[in-house]
Amino acid sequence: MLRGLLDRLGAPFEKGGPLHRLWPLWDAQDTFLYTPGKTTAGPSHGRDRLDMKRLMFTVVIALAGTVAMAFYNTGLQANLAISHGATPLPGWRTAVIAALGIGFSPDSVLAAVIHGGLWYLPVLIVTFAVGGAWEMLFAIIRRHEVSEGFLVTGMLFPLILPPTVPLWQVALGISFGVVVGKEIFGGSGFNILNPALTARAFLFFAYPSDLTGDRIWIAADTAPDAVSGATWLARFSLTGNEAFAETFHPAGGAGITAWDAFIGFLPGSMGETSVLACLFGAVILAATGIGSLRIMLAVAAGTLLMGGALNLIGSDTNPFFAVPFWWHYLMGGWAFGTVFMATEPVTAPSTDGGRVVYGFLIGVLVVLIRVVNPAYPEGMMLSILLMNVFAPLIDHFALQSNVRRRAAASALAVEGRG
Amino acid sequence: MASETRRVLMDPLIHNNPIALQVLGICSALAVTTGMQTSVVMSAAVVAVIALSNLSVSLLRNMIPTNIRIIVQLTIIASLVIVTDQILKAYVYEISKQLSVFVGLIITNCIIMGRAEAFAMQNPPLKSLIDGIGNGMGYAAILLVVGAAREVFGAGTFWGIPVLPLASEGGWFTPNGLMSLSPGAFFVIGFLIWILRTFRPEQNEAE
Repeated sequence: MLRGLLDRLGAPFEKGGPLHRLWPLWDAQDTFLYTPGKTTAGPSHGRDRLDMKRLMFTVVIALAGTVAMAFYNTGLQANLAISHGATPLPGWRTAVIAALGIGFSPDSVLAAVIHGGLWYLPVLIVTFAVGGAWEMLFAIIRRHEVSEGFLVTGMLFPLILPPTVPLWQVALGISFGVVVGKEIFGGSGFNILNPALTARAFLFFAYPSDLTGDRIWIAADTAPDAVSGATWLARFSLTGNEAFAETFHPAGGAGITAWDAFIGFLPGSMGETSVLACLFGAVILAATGIGSLRIMLAVAAGTLLMGGALNLIGSDTNPFFAVPFWWHYLMGGWAFGTVFMATEPVTAPSTDGGRVVYGFLIGVLVVLIRVVNPAYPEGMMLSILLMNVFAPLIDHFALQSNVRRRAAASALAVEGRG
Repeated sequence: MASETRRVLMDPLIHNNPIALQVLGICSALAVTTGMQTSVVMSAAVVAVIALSNLSVSLLRNMIPTNIRIIVQLTIIASLVIVTDQILKAYVYEISKQLSVFVGLIITNCIIMGRAEAFAMQNPPLKSLIDGIGNGMGYAAILLVVGAAREVFGAGTFWGIPVLPLASEGGWFTPNGLMSLSPGAFFVIGFLIWILRTFRPEQNEAE
């Protein structure tokens, strides 16, 4: 019945119909509801059921854990800060909570999820509305179908933003990410850089006061200094000695434990704090083969080697050198970037050898930026974007070395016969 | 105006723009375009240098030995740049301090060497002078657009006068920090080239 209705409604969009120019809009929602009705006309051939839509959906399922954290942890951090003396930020969100009569108790899961949702959902909605509009516009101008790629970009982008990011910046950022990060190069599948990270990098450099610092990670006014709003990476990087002593000498008291960092009930970007949730995504991506396990392991190896080396070298002036290498796995965006960003098939190398080199260098760079560069406490975004640029070059050398090896092997074989 | 002269003068503005099509002189276009004032002064300096260098090289073109022509051209350009630098220091000292080394670096601007070598060496003085002015204007056109965009969106001002009320002073506009960084100029020039090639598809490189 729904099919019949859709066919009747869709008639004006067919070739020759009055609304044919808007065909991509129609096609996008039609194939979203039903698999395409066209079948091959020529001799039949085997076809994998895994098309773009299903691939993108798998990624969205893999993100489920981090989305849950975006709801719960965003609210929890805010409510915890409020229970320690911070004040709720003025605005419509606080009014909604007051109207619902839920309050800001950090012990209530419901209160945390609702408070978190009031911060996370608007960002998500703006991302999809604005990014989707650009995607539709380019599809109509270029007369191709709307690509499903944006579904994943639109899910990833809010998860790597701090909760308090202004919504107009979300709109501007995703516009930049979609247009400059992707459409300029020809759309999904042709992009050099990861669009979600491009969007975040744009905001990071354009509006540093809203994307960095110690006032943005908790959705409450922490000005009375009741709680520190900085991420732990920033605290290790900027107030080194203090945070270091707190954390690694338990007698110091207020530090975090590795377990806290693993579960992820910490201030940070909305979806990045929980290593556990990212691990859940990693299992799904690796099991379905959509995300390359090779890249994830290579990033881990690179971080291990560089982090371990810095541990051995040590430094008198920079206590961050001594943070044990495995803490890099637990802090900031490492897990999220490794699982969901570095493995993006379009911007990562497509040769097996290339993937190892690419992942390894991301792992090395992220530790270097975090520890050695005092300007940036976090290095995951910058190191992935940098290696995105080098991915085609890495692939080129991987192919060349393969060609040389096989040429040498066949030369040997010829000699052997002679 | 004869059509040939008009072509020599107007072509470099849109049709064969030294920055947007030939992608020359990008270095200074990134460095000096954070504001309108520096962009205007830099544009004027480059127009003057390129016009006079084209004229001088063209006057001397039959006397310059082919083997050392680059050295002679460079000497002429360098002399003109030094004079320009002195004039700027005398009359617009504040802006010349902001431009710092980039006035001196006009010597290395590929557009000027390129026009001397490709045009002035083969053409009579008056035509070369017009070609120099035309190419200088082509360079200036891009610089002014980029300078205006970067100053308005990066600082909320135009020619130093506030045009967008800043959020820090009770307005609604938050300056875009990326625009004050050099990559911002890259993006603006990139968008300009995109727009230009959308309307003039013949400028696209062959696939």
